[in-house]
Amino acid sequence: MSTHKQLQVSAIENGTVIDHIPADSLFKVITILSLDTIPHQITFGTNLDSRKLGKKAIIKVSQKFFEDDEINKIALVAPDVKLNIIRDYEVVEKREVRIPDVVVGIVKCFNPKCITNNEHIVTRFKVEDKRELALKCHYCEKITTKDELIMV
Amino acid sequence: MKNKSLVSINDYSKEEILQILELAAEFEANPNQPLLKDKVVASLFFEPSTRTRLSFETAINRLGARVIGFSDSSSSSTSKGETLKDTIKMVSNYADLIVMRHPLEGSARYASEQSRVPVINAGDGANQHPTQTLLDLYSIKKTQGTLDNLTIIMVGDLKYGRTVHSLLMAMAHFNPTFYFVAPQELKMPREYIIYLQNKGITFYEQSDMTNLEKADILYMTRVQKERFSDSMEYERVKNAYILRNYMLENTKPNLKVLHPLPRVNEIHTDVDPNPKAYYFQQAENGVYTRMGIIAAIMGLH
Ligand SMILES: [Zn+2]
Repeated sequence: MSTHKQLQVSAIENGTVIDHIPADSLFKVITILSLDTIPHQITFGTNLDSRKLGKKAIIKVSQKFFEDDEINKIALVAPDVKLNIIRDYEVVEKREVRIPDVVVGIVKCFNPKCITNNEHIVTRFKVEDKRELALKCHYCEKITTKDELIMV
Repeated sequence: MKNKSLVSINDYSKEEILQILELAAEFEANPNQPLLKDKVVASLFFEPSTRTRLSFETAINRLGARVIGFSDSSSSSTSKGETLKDTIKMVSNYADLIVMRHPLEGSARYASEQSRVPVINAGDGANQHPTQTLLDLYSIKKTQGTLDNLTIIMVGDLKYGRTVHSLLMAMAHFNPTFYFVAPQELKMPREYIIYLQNKGITFYEQSDMTNLEKADILYMTRVQKERFSDSMEYERVKNAYILRNYMLENTKPNLKVLHPLPRVNEIHTDVDPNPKAYYFQQAENGVYTRMGIIAAIMGLH
């Protein structure tokens, strides 16, 4: 019974498995991908042991295949993510995510005096440094860094 | 650059900058040219700045255009809670050009995206003030005859001073040599140092006011007490960045002292009668420069 139950959680027939999410970024990833509003079956596990990350999380989304633009957004909070594309219970493709050149509408500008924090405006950043994550605001031109990263 | 907004000095190429400066020189030679007498220009000052507003409105009037707008947000619909977006949408239906000053950073870029007509940024918080930069360039070109290969010493608050950052980027087109004079706490930020290194421009950083004899331009800025995390540090350094007349003794004959004004005490009044003091004429040049900017954006040559 318990093995059967475990199988139900871990295997999906068709869809995407997002692995190697830092455990503390799980809910950010859910928000960025709007997984709270999609109609498909989703399972996730968190605080799983990972040699690389310490504690990792994993998300399995049935019937969902992400476009590059869509999935690359999560690279901001989970740069080492591994995507497994599943068809008929088989991994048919493995992918990684890349930090995009331009980040639109995901991150808040850290600058409280920025117009985007004072009026309803979709934020827009140019990624100046992908390793250290330095995002230059299209509006106020200030740099938001990794430590100051807050999701919209 | 017809119909092209001016939000940041980086929006304009070297050629466009030079074209504006040429127009400015023509307007200085002949200031009353009602070339825009069928035009309406909106002057939207969401925060008061009498100096900048009068300079712009004089420029607009000398070009023969009419001005609509407000001089601070308490007399505008913003005080009733209207968004910047809605104000810009409305005004861009009435006017041919918008001049805008706003306390929030990035507001001018946003306005330029919402407006049907070009927007000139007259200052968006601590971010950009490109017309100040163009009038600085005009003053430098007028007094030196060229913008090329000059040695420029910048003194004071190089960390927060937006005028020095914009001037630095604009001058980078013209192979300058810079000396940066600032206390440790107010040094030129790393991003600008990297900018200059990438362009291969020579610069020196120092904490005292030496090497003045090498300069063609001495650009002074305010050192404000509130910029220091440690007020003891302010007390220690505040007198080190004050220009006195005797310090100009062995400087080059073509040297000019510039300052974006208003000054507090960083240029002693004993410098004022010195012919090398140029900060008051610099402010006057603002009207001609702004005429040149408006004319260029409205498509005049
Ligand atoms: Zn911003």
